[in-house]
Amino acid sequence: MTGTTTTKRIVVVSSGLSTPSSTRQLADRLTADAVSILGGRGIEVEVEVFELRDLAHDITNNLLLGFAPPKLEQALDAVARADGLIAVTPIFTTSYAGLFKSFIDVIDSQALTDLPVLIGATGGTPRHSLAIDYAIRPLFTYLHAIPVTTGVYAATSDWGDGGDGVRSLPDRIYRGAREFADLVAATDRSNLVSDPFALDRPTGHLIGGLAGE
Amino acid sequence: MQFGIFTVSDITQDPTTGRTPTEAERIQATLTIAKHAEEVGLDVFALGEHHNPPFWSSSPTTTLAYIAGQTSTLQLSTATTLITTNDPVKIAEDFAMLQHVSGGRADVMLGRGNTGPVYPWFGKDIRQGLPLAMENYELLHRLWREDVVDWQGRFRTPLQGFTSTPRPLDGVPPFVWHGSIRTPEVAEQAASYGDGFFANHIFWPASHTQRMIALYRQRFEHHGHGTAAQAIVGLGGQVFMRRNSQDAVRDFRPYFDNAPVYGHGPSLEDFTQQTPLTVGSPQEVIDRTLGFRDYVGDYQRQLWLIDHAGLPLKTVLEQLDLLGEEVVPVLRREFAKDRPAEVPDAPTHASLVAAKYGDQAPRQATPNANRGDNLAGPSPYQDAAPARVTTGSAFGPAATR
Repeated sequence: MTGTTTTKRIVVVSSGLSTPSSTRQLADRLTADAVSILGGRGIEVEVEVFELRDLAHDITNNLLLGFAPPKLEQALDAVARADGLIAVTPIFTTSYAGLFKSFIDVIDSQALTDLPVLIGATGGTPRHSLAIDYAIRPLFTYLHAIPVTTGVYAATSDWGDGGDGVRSLPDRIYRGAREFADLVAATDRSNLVSDPFALDRPTGHLIGGLAGE
Repeated sequence: MQFGIFTVSDITQDPTTGRTPTEAERIQATLTIAKHAEEVGLDVFALGEHHNPPFWSSSPTTTLAYIAGQTSTLQLSTATTLITTNDPVKIAEDFAMLQHVSGGRADVMLGRGNTGPVYPWFGKDIRQGLPLAMENYELLHRLWREDVVDWQGRFRTPLQGFTSTPRPLDGVPPFVWHGSIRTPEVAEQAASYGDGFFANHIFWPASHTQRMIALYRQRFEHHGHGTAAQAIVGLGGQVFMRRNSQDAVRDFRPYFDNAPVYGHGPSLEDFTQQTPLTVGSPQEVIDRTLGFRDYVGDYQRQLWLIDHAGLPLKTVLEQLDLLGEEVVPVLRREFAKDRPAEVPDAPTHASLVAAKYGDQAPRQATPNANRGDNLAGPSPYQDAAPARVTTGSAFGPAATR
């Protein structure tokens, strides 16, 4: 880094359904660690948090209509222009929540390219922790995002004294946040994202690159 | 400015009666609707293209040719013609024919289509949708302008010495609109050829249409076809009217709630707010429509969707009456106010002929005599340079000697 202050944009998506939700709690912990690590390196961070519960109707309408109502559009734009995404979902019936997947489904297939992602998941028992790796991670790699190797799974017991006694939840959160912060610090993504409708762009951007797959 | 209607040709159950019209009924109803559009003073009727039930319009030029025979001023167009899966050669031929039988009342709106399986049904790959639209249109554009075309591309068998017949009426190709909901490349395509751009303006928010049109206008000017204000813009729209708003909302709600595409999704109120759909009194439709100009600038063509979602014929004809008697006359007057002189009207056959020939008589293509050498020169038409004098035959065993 040059030592100058650079503002990075982190978007947090939490797909918990109850209020308050442990999913949101995990999202907030991951965010706090990431922000503090980046802050320690002189990097300013802007954080935007989206609760998918608040967008549930909009997400369904987008699936049906093909366009995002205003509130959802804001969230989609924020994700597309982010330097990092912290994505946290409960695990339902062996996989991500349906609402979470529906949100991913309405994101433009190019919009997550090169986006650092920190995956979090919550569940009733630790026995579903691998869902992060067999279900959620492939979703992001398919979209050419960059999920960090540590995904953080918080079982109900992690919030009390029945959690992992060797690698505690705070340890795992810190490790994931650090890997994520490394990628966020290095990316220039939010400055590179281009708007296909922007005016006054150099000629040739529209019909160039149309040679097909 | 032109006003008219467009239809997607859906055959949908009327949710208030549970009855679904037959294909025959719906086709006849559409012909009635088109004729009534002219009777109430509208300018344009545009017809969609589909190749799967519950739609009926697989052969738009056949339908439009019949309507042309039943009307005298109505401009006939499409919404849209599939530039991706139709053979551009057949499009060139069909629409030149429609021009001739309609006396120059035909234009065409090209689109990529939104039904996935149509691509494989016609031997195409949907992932090539944009490249198909680009290549096919490039060929179509040439077929209408060059008597003899040699051509080779990626998606169609090559052409050597091909002449698309009949030649366009008076030597002037049908005006082309490029339609798109959300693809900036299509706005660029329209701009680069100096063609019209039509924004669907039904399913997506106005803010999106605004950006598409702004991009098209800027690129139109960039490509040297005129100023941004002179670009040719068309808008879709969707209305349902009763004398007063409450009746309109009450009567339209069951159709909205069960409509293909947006039914069982957002509320009528949300959708009305988020998209240009207007359900209300004629005055509300007037106010909303005049507001379109605020975000796209002065434009050339306004088409409304009024006959989908199972609305019965009687109701659709009532909509046409309200449009013709109360809405469009006011819109014509109001849109004309403060319209800068540089903003052109929508191109018509007459205006295109005048632009091309001025006071001169337009071209009337007359083929050479049908002999063995009628295809041997630069053009098979008499007004081209005379054919090279050759011996032998163009076809048959003698040609290869």
